[in-house]
Amino acid sequence: MNEVNRQFKQVTCTINGKVRTTIVDVRASLTDMLRNDYRLTSVKKGCEVGECGACTVLIDGEAFDSCIYLAVWADGKDIITLEGLEGPNGELSDIQQAFIRENAIQCGFCSPGFILSAKEILDSGILYTDDELRKLLSGHLCRCTGYENILKAVKKTMYQRLGKKLPPELEQDETVST
Amino acid sequence: MYDISALYEAKTVQEAVSLLTAHPDAVIIAGGSDVLIKIREGRLAGCELVSIYGVDEMRGITKEEDGTIRIGSLTSFSHIHADPIIKKHIAVLGEAVNMVGGPQIRAIGTIGGNTCNGVTSADSASTLFAYDAILELTGPDGVRQVPIREFYTGPGRVALKKGELETAVLIPSKSYSGYKGCYIKYGMRNAMEIATTGCSVNVKLSRDKKMLRDIRIGYGVAAPTPIRAVHAEERLRGMEVSAVARDLLGEAVLEDVTPRDSWRASKDFRLHLCSTMAKRAFTEAVRRAGGEIDE
Repeated sequence: MNEVNRQFKQVTCTINGKVRTTIVDVRASLTDMLRNDYRLTSVKKGCEVGECGACTVLIDGEAFDSCIYLAVWADGKDIITLEGLEGPNGELSDIQQAFIRENAIQCGFCSPGFILSAKEILDSGILYTDDELRKLLSGHLCRCTGYENILKAVKKTMYQRLGKKLPPELEQDETVST
Repeated sequence: MYDISALYEAKTVQEAVSLLTAHPDAVIIAGGSDVLIKIREGRLAGCELVSIYGVDEMRGITKEEDGTIRIGSLTSFSHIHADPIIKKHIAVLGEAVNMVGGPQIRAIGTIGGNTCNGVTSADSASTLFAYDAILELTGPDGVRQVPIREFYTGPGRVALKKGELETAVLIPSKSYSGYKGCYIKYGMRNAMEIATTGCSVNVKLSRDKKMLRDIRIGYGVAAPTPIRAVHAEERLRGMEVSAVARDLLGEAVLEDVTPRDSWRASKDFRLHLCSTMAKRAFTEAVRRAGGEIDE
């Protein structure tokens, strides 16, 4: 580029419940804005082409890859990152605790993204089948251990939130671990 | 940071048209799940963008008085899939767009982008062909309607003129009333996959469910652009619903399709897929329409 003609725009959006305003370079992705302007480093830079899901955030309640979302589009939107799940005294949410309990975390790079997709799933209040859960979680890559424990963490939390009895295969699992 | 030389944001269709007219070399960005990737890869690096993502009047699904279903071009795949009008009247389209990429891609990807990027593998395209969809294009000279069969002019090329953008996908009542269908996507994986081949079949049966009053077959990745299997449709129309018709369909589609070898799959495999998928989609469409195929 010969001519440097940088373009900026003011963006006001709600991030984790607070209205925030900043001025962004129009070339920035939402990942760039959340990490650089707001230091929300749970939003990971993975593939940066919308394949791995590590940068997932909720925008108006729906999971999006923030790496392929222009920061300027966030104006007026309601955004939730993993930091927004923290309780008033720093408590972890039920789904985060489930990830720990089920060993659904190893290196942790994919976890914030997975947990936000899980939040969207759980907030829907729907009891999904295993196949449906797999499909709903399919926009994330985990390169450490695989997906069984992640699926289990989401599934158990789903049953708990809906006040339903765990299916037999998961119940058996509970008695072994305790 | 994306390598963009300028970004122009439209809030209305009229603004989009004037921005596109003022910046004829600019690329339109809707959801960006193709455009931003191409910028990242370098293929579109340094381009000017006209963003239409903020044009909210191009979002949403409505049923018009004459029964036409109007899908705003910026409606995301996830919203199309969840929409009650789609579920009730054109369920196959909802199912087809639910096979695009993964959940996050379906949240950002738009039906307008899926058609305007001109690729043959677009999951929505074959089903839109099978529904005989009409595209509404808005430009400096006003609004015009183009049947989807005339929209694709070559691989990656569509009939958009300078300054024009697609504002809606229209499905007239006569295209869906009484029809039932099925879309099959063949890929190596269940998610984050581009179709090796896709096939969408719509059928309309006689009242006693014994005769095929009409059939429309759309394909993706069976030719350089999405296509209708017109020969096969002609052969089948008016036939009795039977295993004979189904097997004839499997043969007849081979007259229509012209797949090629690519790193995803060989031509021979795709020919086999075209035939097998048509038969399976047909069988399921007939079942959904209340008919039965006796072996």
